[in-house]
Amino acid sequence: MNVLEVIGRGVVQQLAYVGGLTTQFWSGLTAVPRVLPLVGRRGRWSAAIRQMCAIGVDALPMVAIVSACGGFILAIQSASELSQFGAMQLVIDIVVIAFTRELGPLLTAIVVSGRSGSAFSAEIGTMVVTEEIDALRTMAIDPIELVLTPKYLASMVVVPCLTIMSSAFAILAGAGFMYLSRNMTLPIFLRYAAQAVVLRDIVMGLLKSVVFATIIAQVGCMEGFRVSGGPEAVGKSATSAVVKSTFLVIFADLFITTMFYLLGSK
Amino acid sequence: MADPIISVRDLVVSYGGRRVLDGVNLDIQQGEVLALLGGSGSGKSTMLRHIIGLERPDSGRICVQGVDINNCSARELKALRRDMGVSFQGSALFSSMTVEENVQLPLRELTSLADPVIEIMTYIKLAAVGLGDAGKLFPQELSGGMKKRAAVARATALDPEILIFDEPSAGLDPIVAAELDELILFLKRAFHMTVLIVTHEMASAFRIADRVAMLYKGSLIAVEDKESFRASNDPRIRQFLDRIPERIAESESVQRRIRELAGVTGATE
Repeated sequence: MNVLEVIGRGVVQQLAYVGGLTTQFWSGLTAVPRVLPLVGRRGRWSAAIRQMCAIGVDALPMVAIVSACGGFILAIQSASELSQFGAMQLVIDIVVIAFTRELGPLLTAIVVSGRSGSAFSAEIGTMVVTEEIDALRTMAIDPIELVLTPKYLASMVVVPCLTIMSSAFAILAGAGFMYLSRNMTLPIFLRYAAQAVVLRDIVMGLLKSVVFATIIAQVGCMEGFRVSGGPEAVGKSATSAVVKSTFLVIFADLFITTMFYLLGSK
Repeated sequence: MADPIISVRDLVVSYGGRRVLDGVNLDIQQGEVLALLGGSGSGKSTMLRHIIGLERPDSGRICVQGVDINNCSARELKALRRDMGVSFQGSALFSSMTVEENVQLPLRELTSLADPVIEIMTYIKLAAVGLGDAGKLFPQELSGGMKKRAAVARATALDPEILIFDEPSAGLDPIVAAELDELILFLKRAFHMTVLIVTHEMASAFRIADRVAMLYKGSLIAVEDKESFRASNDPRIRQFLDRIPERIAESESVQRRIRELAGVTGATE
């Protein structure tokens, strides 16, 4: 009985969390038009632009370095196996396909969730602790629209861009590897790389990046809004924002990859 | 008597099985200053959060300007909130914005005034609280008293009918606290606002309030004008007024627990 009670309470809590996340996602999504330039409310778009700089532009060096390292590692690892079969050009295919489909979106999501997901929850959590969110509500201003939606919109725009940059840097790192190991020049590398790129893979990567952006922004903000108590709760919320969003990102990745695999095999 | 501007009926609130408010009734009339007194944990902050509609009660009704705030359309709630200015205990200024932008926020969000008009109004509001030249500063750069005054400027930005203060003098030295009291009185006289103040500062309450309500362990034990409150014979009120400490260490339960811990329960009883 006691065990059942514990399980039941756990399930109810998780369901409540998912429910809260869905409601928040929906109100965040419906508020997006009010943040857009020209048609939106004044001041919102500039807030979104500031967020884009914080989430995207400032993260670019880190995404570039992480992806370049990832691309290089992948090239070395696959080369050590493939050289036994004399199939070194396949290294190019592996790096290109792996990054456009999979690693580009994933590495970007992990970097963004660590940098910005935690920042969202810490910022909003602090606003909850200092009663700023309450103040907004008593002023008849919707905190979702004012605080969450600019962050959400900015993530939706910027994360796909970062993903493209991530794949580009990884592929360039692959080119570096091929030049160092096989003296393959950049134009020849790019010709091989262009053959390996398929539109379907790019679409899949971008779709993933939009979904990941949604998860990171929504979970980060949700953790912030859920803060109650004192300053130590803000720190905890930042941790749990990163943990939960990374978990959900990988889970969503599995789901989307499976969907594409099943749709493609028909 | 005219219809009250705020009316609380049979308000019951509990947190985690503990009753924080137990059937509270309170009417606040248009244009009066009411101080809600009570010790720590008496439920006064909870009551305030319910009156401004931040939380839903277990049961009971709260009507502001005749509208039930827990049972009205989003549009009605929005209109009500425009008519209520709230100054929070920690001032709750947005730390990413300057003082000026803080005051401008409700004007920009809830009105369609042109920017120059908003700027003039902001200056008037800030000047009224004595912060005319502090507009460009960030909240972190202000002293405690200036923050509170800036919060008052923001709360009055839309010329609300009702002004609500949560512990206005908390964390302020007596001189600054007295200045804030004067400011509240000035606002009341100048704009005929209804003011609700939640506080445990007796001096401040008696200085500015017309009537005083006292919460004790979740119930209102007195709602009267300040003269009769001051003359009250209720021991709970007298304890509060005369600052008589609760003798916690001598209470029966503490004594019993000490005996239990010492293992002498049977011997003494």
